[in-house]
Amino acid sequence: MLLETIKRDLLVTFRNPAEMLNPLVFFVIVISLFPLGISPSENVLQSIAPGVIWVAALLATLLSMDLIFRSDYEDGSLEQMTLTQQPMLLIVGGKIISHWLMTGLPLTLLSPLLALMLFVNEQGIEAILLSLLLGTPTLSLLGAVGASLTVGLRKGGVLIAILILPLYVPVLILATEMIKTGMTGGDYGGHMLWLAAILALSIGVAPVASSAGVKISLSH
Amino acid sequence: MLRVDDLYCERARRVLFENLSFAVAPGELLQIKGANGSGKTTLLKILCGLYEDYSGDVDWPLDAWPLFVGHKPGVKDQLTARENLKWLAELYQPGTHTGTIDDAIFAVGLRGFEDVLCGAMSEGQRKRVNLARLFFLTSPAWILDEPLSAIDVDGVKLLQERIGFQLNEGGMVILTSHQLLDVDHEVRHLNLSAPS
Repeated sequence: MLLETIKRDLLVTFRNPAEMLNPLVFFVIVISLFPLGISPSENVLQSIAPGVIWVAALLATLLSMDLIFRSDYEDGSLEQMTLTQQPMLLIVGGKIISHWLMTGLPLTLLSPLLALMLFVNEQGIEAILLSLLLGTPTLSLLGAVGASLTVGLRKGGVLIAILILPLYVPVLILATEMIKTGMTGGDYGGHMLWLAAILALSIGVAPVASSAGVKISLSH
Repeated sequence: MLRVDDLYCERARRVLFENLSFAVAPGELLQIKGANGSGKTTLLKILCGLYEDYSGDVDWPLDAWPLFVGHKPGVKDQLTARENLKWLAELYQPGTHTGTIDDAIFAVGLRGFEDVLCGAMSEGQRKRVNLARLFFLTSPAWILDEPLSAIDVDGVKLLQERIGFQLNEGGMVILTSHQLLDVDHEVRHLNLSAPS
């Protein structure tokens, strides 16, 4: 069921690629605005790079989060999913995984290019890749909880941000610290373990919470 | 046997139903009637377990899940008719043969449209894709919300025949409709009064 859900959601998105491209384009544009707006000097850009990349990743994920349940809610597919013997947990899990495959993974793969633009050194790029690889799944998981609770509302976008951004803060702090450590040649194993621990916790909690959230949203 | 006992539900500070009790046995057809806003859809959602803000008893010992066809299309525009139904089969009856699904598509008169995206279909065709599930999924109970809307005369006839088939098989059918049904079986009516 998990695989079937992932396959279906990927197929739906590939038939409507704008949904997937929007957050990526947003990510690239936001990051490229900083050299223009602040200063193109190497020192300045290097020092703000971890924060800029991660804040842009957070916002791009948040922008795409509403899509995870919205269209299924509007066309009635979500109702059908709750009315079968198939466990909602697997369906929601599949939707979260496909959301990550369509936003988190491409963001991660794009990040080295943008990091180069911000004069990040080689060790720094490695740290950025690893931090996004460990961090973006957490963003999708936590975001799904917010999305499940706001899918029944017409204008849920801002509410998701208010609900979910505070939960993203630990990931943001750990990830940017990890990149800073990496850029100066330090050992960031500890940061990685912490990010992995948060990811493990989210995997345990978020699918259960968003399944419950979907049911609450549907019963109103 | 579905038993509803002393159901009470209010929405937006209006009492939709009070002391509502009825029973539906296997092989019976219940048509729920009532003015717009009288709570027909809410009642169906309560029966499916989609809406839980009510008091009273809904006792429904089913060994399989009911099939629910709601107001919303229930099909994805970005998927073809066949892909949509395959996904439904995966939800309700994993392992359903593709041939069975194609037969259902033919049965609802969409031969040649199997690989057309539902987004490119007309409203009535989408409704037919939605109703196609009744032609290949088996369930002891059908819950249909306005199944006759948006489909043409042939479609209505087709659906009525299929409802007759389901009743003959010992399944129950609960539906809302403003139209008169033309089936060989006795149609029981439940009238919901306007909200007070």
